[in-house]
Amino acid sequence: MTYLSPIIGLALALIAGAIMFSFLGKPPLGALYAYFIEPVSEMWSVHELLIKAAPLILMGAGLCVCYQSNNWNIGAEGQMIMGGMAGSILPVLFPQIAGPFVLPAMLIMGVIGGMAYAGIPALLKTKFKTNEILTSLMLVYIAQLILDWTVRGPWRNPHGLNFPETRQFDAFARLPEMIPADGRANFGFVIAVVVALLIWVLMAKTMKGFQVKVIGASPRAAKFAGFDAKNMVFFAFLLAGATAGLAGIVEVAGASGQLRTTISPGYGFTAIIVAFLGRLNPIGAIVAGLVLALTFLGGEAAQISLGVSDKVARVFQGLILFFVLACDTLILYRIRFVASKIIPKGAA
Amino acid sequence: MDQGEVLLKLEGISKYYGSFKANDQISLEILPGEIHALLGENGAGKSTLVKMLYGSLQPDEGRIIWEGQEVHVPNPAAARDLGVGMVFQHFSLFDALTVAENVALALPPGKSLKQVAKELEEISTSYGLPLKANARIHDLSVGERQRVEIVRCLLQHPKLIIMDEPTSVLTPQEAEDLFKVLRRLSDEGKAILYISHKLAEVQALCQEATILRHGKVVGECVPGDETPISLAKMMVGSDIHEISPRDVAVAHGDVMLQVKSLSLSGLSGFDTALKDISFMLHAGEISGIAGIAGNGQNELFDAVSGERVSEEECILIKGEPVGNMGIQKRRKLGAMFISEERLGHAAVPEFALSENVILTRHGLDKSLNKGPFVSRRAAKKVKDDIVAKFDVRKGSSDPTAQSLSGGNLQKFVLGREVMGDAEIIVVNQPTWGVDAGSAAHIRQWLVDLAAKGAAVLVISQDLDELFEVADAIATLNEGRLSPFVPTRSTDRHKIGLQMTSGTLEQA
Amino acid sequence: MGMTEAILLTIATAATPLLIAALGELVVERSGVLNLGVEGMMIMGAVGGFAAASLTGNPWIGILIAILFGAITSLAFAFLTLSLAANQVATGLALTILGLGLSGLIGEPFVGQAGIKLSNISIPVLTDLPLVGPLLFGQDPIFYMSIALVIGVAWFLFRTRFGLTLRSIGDNHISAHALGIPVLRYRYFAVMFGGACAGLAGGHLSLVYTPQWVENMSAGRGWIALALVVFASWRPARVLAGAYLFGAVSIGQLHAQALGVGVPSQLLTALPYIATIVVLVLISQNVRTTLINTPAMLGRAFVPER
Repeated sequence: MTYLSPIIGLALALIAGAIMFSFLGKPPLGALYAYFIEPVSEMWSVHELLIKAAPLILMGAGLCVCYQSNNWNIGAEGQMIMGGMAGSILPVLFPQIAGPFVLPAMLIMGVIGGMAYAGIPALLKTKFKTNEILTSLMLVYIAQLILDWTVRGPWRNPHGLNFPETRQFDAFARLPEMIPADGRANFGFVIAVVVALLIWVLMAKTMKGFQVKVIGASPRAAKFAGFDAKNMVFFAFLLAGATAGLAGIVEVAGASGQLRTTISPGYGFTAIIVAFLGRLNPIGAIVAGLVLALTFLGGEAAQISLGVSDKVARVFQGLILFFVLACDTLILYRIRFVASKIIPKGAA
Repeated sequence: MDQGEVLLKLEGISKYYGSFKANDQISLEILPGEIHALLGENGAGKSTLVKMLYGSLQPDEGRIIWEGQEVHVPNPAAARDLGVGMVFQHFSLFDALTVAENVALALPPGKSLKQVAKELEEISTSYGLPLKANARIHDLSVGERQRVEIVRCLLQHPKLIIMDEPTSVLTPQEAEDLFKVLRRLSDEGKAILYISHKLAEVQALCQEATILRHGKVVGECVPGDETPISLAKMMVGSDIHEISPRDVAVAHGDVMLQVKSLSLSGLSGFDTALKDISFMLHAGEISGIAGIAGNGQNELFDAVSGERVSEEECILIKGEPVGNMGIQKRRKLGAMFISEERLGHAAVPEFALSENVILTRHGLDKSLNKGPFVSRRAAKKVKDDIVAKFDVRKGSSDPTAQSLSGGNLQKFVLGREVMGDAEIIVVNQPTWGVDAGSAAHIRQWLVDLAAKGAAVLVISQDLDELFEVADAIATLNEGRLSPFVPTRSTDRHKIGLQMTSGTLEQA
Repeated sequence: MGMTEAILLTIATAATPLLIAALGELVVERSGVLNLGVEGMMIMGAVGGFAAASLTGNPWIGILIAILFGAITSLAFAFLTLSLAANQVATGLALTILGLGLSGLIGEPFVGQAGIKLSNISIPVLTDLPLVGPLLFGQDPIFYMSIALVIGVAWFLFRTRFGLTLRSIGDNHISAHALGIPVLRYRYFAVMFGGACAGLAGGHLSLVYTPQWVENMSAGRGWIALALVVFASWRPARVLAGAYLFGAVSIGQLHAQALGVGVPSQLLTALPYIATIVVLVLISQNVRTTLINTPAMLGRAFVPER
């Protein structure tokens, strides 16, 4: 039952996608094949898939904790940017510092950057009761502008022919590739899977995870249990911010190797879909992260092989979220309905 | 009986939810001007039946005959057109709107708000139910809210008024005033279908009674010809367990819980604040706090439990100041709390019972915590113990809290709280929405706990319950607590007076 | 036309889409529904309006299609949250993501095309009056619609039976249902009205404000409109004030950029977003007003008993 709704949702999204392709004048089945199968039929492109999946899995798993505790953090994109920037401080400003400790230090600084930025909406929510949905989103726009200014201004590569980008990171400041002979995928994917598994353990086995679920399911009961809702706001936001920050620096130190004016094609927003497609379960987020990475990869592939716009990827992602939400509630609704037949609600 | 005279006749009305029969072949007749009681326990199917009469639900089988004509009632507006009015138990009012706006919403469109306001003030004065048309509902007391419901209903000029448990929110005196209004309406020829589980008032008020049990009509009678015991037997289907009294001679022990000049401002702006509340609770004693809902009971419960913190010195548990401590620290000191709402407060509705064990026993039951991890196996064991000891009836081995009936869930919640070493028990509305059998068990357990030396504080709207279990009773009125008086030396009338105008007696 | 008039005019132009979208959302939220998909509906309106106008050559058809696009997009939200009782926050986000993607796809052929501008009205003599002329009698037609909407929405909500019923649903849908008010039907209409308004706001963007199609051209305005509703504590006249305040901020930063003040352009561009956060923090200080005015059912699903 639990796995049924995302699978049906995906299937419906594919059907809607086929209809969309036929509207665009492409043979629907062939187009779906070119979009979803072809891109993973070769080893190097599987590597590309893993590169794209890493940030999605990281942030998706972190957002599971936010959404399960009713903290509507939709600013992972901004937290990712801040993580990428904070993590780049060492290789950009202090390139002379070299050694094996640089990369771990970068990762830690990335985590801190993401946490700090996620701390802003958490602070505003707890201290001023400001709606976190709007603040976390506004902070995305602000982060994008900060990144743009930094890369065009103070951090621009002095030897870079005026391109808006920082200097290339040295090898010791880059995430190593897993199997260089086969493709570009770096250890970011491994980090992502490990982090997702750790968050799963947290949610499924620990007292803290129990708290998260109680606070999300019933704030009043959480109070009765003595769980501190304000603490939870910080916990959820900082955890999600940490994963987003890590995703940011993984992206920068991995695939791109330098900071540019954009570091993400909207991974932070796609991670929202990852969280829901994965049923707010961190292990589900691993699978969902791979699926949504495929929509990005397929979008690029379809642009070349079919000549359709890469915007198709975004449409697919939106459709997936829509259908998953619809199927989720359809199934839940039925359960609720059946349950209400057994126990009449409010019968007095 | 002459067919033409009957106002409403139900024939074989049934409502199914899957295999569950909420209403099973219900038939009854109501004459104009008759006050007809619909008696039954929680879950007997009373609300389901009247919702079908009012058009909120549709029957699966059966006929509704109104003034000799078979009718179909597709929605409440149709019911109102026929002449059926309803006064809801859980008021169907809109807090943010004015009285006039609330009334206008239930009337057919066309009248201006000014007209509605004028008419409602006229009718409310004529029936002795004074109301201000432009007051907002959230500023009104519970009694006043009920007036709005009644006046709204009267403005529709109904021939039949359905009243769902109208006195559950009233003091005995307010209830008497309501009965006067109802008798007058009956004299004017309006029929009243009066839903209640309170036998005394049914006997005093109603000319006819239909008794429901498990969705079926199990009896019809003239209430005046019956005794409360015979009525109760019909309603419950078996004899009700009588509380075995404690040894009254037991001397009260140490002060276990003390509240000292506790004042609390309303958080939301709608809450009744608590005003300078002080009392002491001794070991082996059951103290009862009476009062109409909304007079500060929930705030007092939250302050004592620690869900809202206050000044450190305002609350002492076993002499230790705990006012600024959270609920879990107070539990560790031996105080246990049972809230009014079960689903969504004392228990997470969609969580399994074993998970609901962890909810309040984490940190207390050492077996539940293993470092940062939770032991679900230990939680299941505790759950099994509670279920066995407190007679919790359930369908599967570890069902969700929301799938249990009110009575069984309350038994589970009570069991969870008193399984350990409960020295102080604070319980808010212990038998609200609980069937009579479970309610009797719950009261007995409270009495037994006190007999074993626990200090018990019972906050309840149900005066019968307090007179049954409490040694001393105080009333909470607009956030002020009257002094406790021994139950022996007071009566329902005196307590009832205090519930509305506590100052009268205090001064 | 003098400098002052020009600035005031551009402020009105910048404020109009915010005002319209926020008014629509205000009606939605008054019915107890939280639709976070304003951004998505707005961008759909923008692309639909631009495409229709450039295919037909008639900006008015563009406006009509913009309204239609917004309303149709909102219907998807309404179906999920009202008929299926899906989580309103998540569905609103889905609507925004889908709207941004779909609009990009639909708008692809129109990127870089010269747009058709809905021209300002011009009344002989009146428009030529100094200062008040262009401001009162020389603006684009949507501006007048937006002002009419403020009055219309206020009148509807507080002076009509339907408005009263809508507010009652937002206050307590269970009571409303008990009285026999068709809760879901009202909410469907409210959500679609909100969608139509967001669509119109989008049409204003692509046919009046900057008559061209640029991907993601709504640039967070849908979200700012959402913030405005909170800022206005669900009252139409205060939405008007808030929208013009934001219009002034965004025009002010544009002028500052043009004048080349010694501040990075990115910081100036960020001003409306920073202002939104600041305003939200300030408004949430007033707990009591917020609490009294917030529709009590906001964001809560209603499942009728059967």
